[in-house]
Amino acid sequence: MKPKRLIIVAVGGQGNLLASRILGEAALLSGVPVRMSEIHGMAQRGGVVESAIIFGEAQSTIISDGEADVLVSFEPSEAMRAMNRCNSQTMVITNLSPLPPFTTTIGRGVYPDLNSGLSLIRKKTGGLITLDATDLALKAGNVMAVNTVLLGALIRTGILPLSAENVRNAIRTRTKKATVEVNLKAFELGYEAAQIV
Amino acid sequence: MHKLLTDQPGKEMLMLGNEAIARGAIEAGLACATTYPGTPSSEISLNFFQISKESALYFEYSTNEKTALEVAAAAANCGVRSMCVMKHVGVNVAADTLMTLAYVGVKAGLVILTADDPYMFSSQNEQDNRYYGKLSGLPILEPSSVAEAREITAEAFALSEMLQEPVIVRTTTRINHSTAVVPLGPIQPPKTRGEFIRDPYQYVTVPAVSRRLHVKLLKNIEAAAALSEKSTRNFITGTGNLGIICNGVSYNYVTDAIQDLQIMDKVSVLRMGFSHPIPAVLIKNFLSSKEMVLVVEEGEAYMEDAVKALAQEAGLTLPIAGKGKTLFSRLGEFDPAMVRAVTAAYFDIPYEPKAVPDLTDMPEIPQRPPNLCAGCSHRAVFHAVKKAAEGLDVVYPTDIGCYTLGFLPPLSMGDFLICMGSSSGTSGGFSRFAGKKVVAYIGDSTFFHSGIPGLINGVFNNHDFTLIILDNRTTAMTGHQPNPGVDMEELNFPGYNPIDIEALVKALGVKHVAVIKPFNLKKSIAQLKEALNFKGVSVVIAKEKCTLYAKSLKQLRGKPFYVSDRCKNHRDCINELACPAFYIADNQVRINPTLCVGCSVCAQICPEHAISPLKTKEDQ
Repeated sequence: MKPKRLIIVAVGGQGNLLASRILGEAALLSGVPVRMSEIHGMAQRGGVVESAIIFGEAQSTIISDGEADVLVSFEPSEAMRAMNRCNSQTMVITNLSPLPPFTTTIGRGVYPDLNSGLSLIRKKTGGLITLDATDLALKAGNVMAVNTVLLGALIRTGILPLSAENVRNAIRTRTKKATVEVNLKAFELGYEAAQIV
Repeated sequence: MHKLLTDQPGKEMLMLGNEAIARGAIEAGLACATTYPGTPSSEISLNFFQISKESALYFEYSTNEKTALEVAAAAANCGVRSMCVMKHVGVNVAADTLMTLAYVGVKAGLVILTADDPYMFSSQNEQDNRYYGKLSGLPILEPSSVAEAREITAEAFALSEMLQEPVIVRTTTRINHSTAVVPLGPIQPPKTRGEFIRDPYQYVTVPAVSRRLHVKLLKNIEAAAALSEKSTRNFITGTGNLGIICNGVSYNYVTDAIQDLQIMDKVSVLRMGFSHPIPAVLIKNFLSSKEMVLVVEEGEAYMEDAVKALAQEAGLTLPIAGKGKTLFSRLGEFDPAMVRAVTAAYFDIPYEPKAVPDLTDMPEIPQRPPNLCAGCSHRAVFHAVKKAAEGLDVVYPTDIGCYTLGFLPPLSMGDFLICMGSSSGTSGGFSRFAGKKVVAYIGDSTFFHSGIPGLINGVFNNHDFTLIILDNRTTAMTGHQPNPGVDMEELNFPGYNPIDIEALVKALGVKHVAVIKPFNLKKSIAQLKEALNFKGVSVVIAKEKCTLYAKSLKQLRGKPFYVSDRCKNHRDCINELACPAFYIADNQVRINPTLCVGCSVCAQICPEHAISPLKTKEDQ
């Protein structure tokens, strides 16, 4: 199977690592070879957390610049920052709800204009799916479910060799019992909301 | 039951590299594990810590890596399988023990895990610890994948017993923090009871004994070299006339590059997993059938130098290259595209890299650097010191921990940092030659680790500095591991004797010692002023539990604060404290109530007294 390479970027605390584990578990359930790596040294202190997940026949656990098939971003400015990981065929999925970095509060940088930034992403890549995952997570019952909302959107694209059912099963085994229902609902809301624009 | 104790051989599990390493040790019958926490190795010991609660495994968070290795060395010489886990720079701390332990050797298997950190994701240098194998004479095993990390760790114990020497397992961040599917092996029950048989002429390293032990070590290196020649961890794939020699994660990038470039029939690969002692015959034979060879290794030219020397011995003149301006760098970590491009260029194979979009018109994205948490007591201390030191010309040596982040503006508290414990030691030199007042920062865990000798040195040699011990009651940076000052009862681990830092510092002869509560700013500033004015060594202990740690123990009591309409937008709160709970909306300062933990420091510095606790329903 030709490898599919996924990069997930998020802000520390948004649940990126759990999303990666769910996908890894779903791959194990699907019998798809999977390897992943993460950089999370300062995750609890508000930095960027990035995971790379490679599905299929490859040995590497990291993804070089320009070689992601899919980029999922939990925050819109982080999608823009991660553009160096994309090529002209990459599918980009991003949450629309901004979490401005603290540097903008202390005047060391300006949060970028979303509309122009997103249209640049659309122009330079193979497609852009946007959704307000934060709002959908709240609708599902918990703002922390942003990660499973975005997993729903990701699986809808059909780019990864994973069935929605296996991802649901992984959500059932990998998330805390009390949050399974919320996460499953979030997954469905994300799945329904994913539209290529 | 802990998932790493699952007794189902053959079952496949998704595991982090560090979990696979811990599992490998458990399968080998590990009885004693010691560590000082350090990224990227920390999760190995975290798993041991958890497992020790429900099994016969003895585990300890030791004071530092040297002590950790000494505990494990003694255990292994009592005949129980032992493991000592540390990050790469930890081996520097343990090096004194390591070098002579190689002379003494072990009775039961002792595995020393060093987790190197190319690119320095969370380290102060990117030293290549393979040289420790050469320096000490000890064997080194290096896995290329998460699954192999389990196998190699388990094998290392047997190898150690065969040679009666410790074995070093060397990983890099991309092994430790990668996740993959790992098949479980059977768990060998540990031998947990040891016995020490006295034999001073083997164990007491006076010169006459050590001269003999060095001879023994050299013999052991020869025996290890013979094992390295036959080891299945050093293997050749493919049959082409072009050769690649590689190790660790580079092997994955090489394997993928050969596929991507479709050169399976042209290239043959020698993967080195038993990388010290280097298998001379295997390498010479490999070289003799090749037209040219590329050495692919992150870090230093460790294998490249050895391979070139072996080629010279064998009278081979084929081109051998690895590091170089147009080849691989000694800096940072490798990635698949880099290895693909260099391989193609070196072997002159056509390769068109994927076109990447032009990004010059993308907007600049504001940085998102890691920051001290909302309600972090370090921020309060830094602010208080700044106020207490107004009018003084100060140099601020700092140390390794979350508080290192205080070097960033606007706090700007950190001028010099080398390694764990260097704040107290360098303070002595600065106090003599910097021409400034010296105020140094060190965390509680780092103080115990290696800060105490520098403080003793300061007292004895009559240096003049203030050491501020940021006692947040845990080892916060690496994930809240215990240190010798921690109240273990809170973690449901009875039977420990926590060290009282204040009593310790007083016993060392420090004449001016103050304990401050950093969230009480006014009093803290007054106490700090006194300490800064003291001539000689003074110590201020800022005692306040790490907010994240307190939260995890369900001890956070504070209510979030808010900014009232008395605010006149001075913005002292943001400009001086830079707490991440602040944000600006409609040009007004606001506090995010889900981030604010109610430390009240901003309320204490607001010139308009505009910041107050949020009223909750119970208050009304």
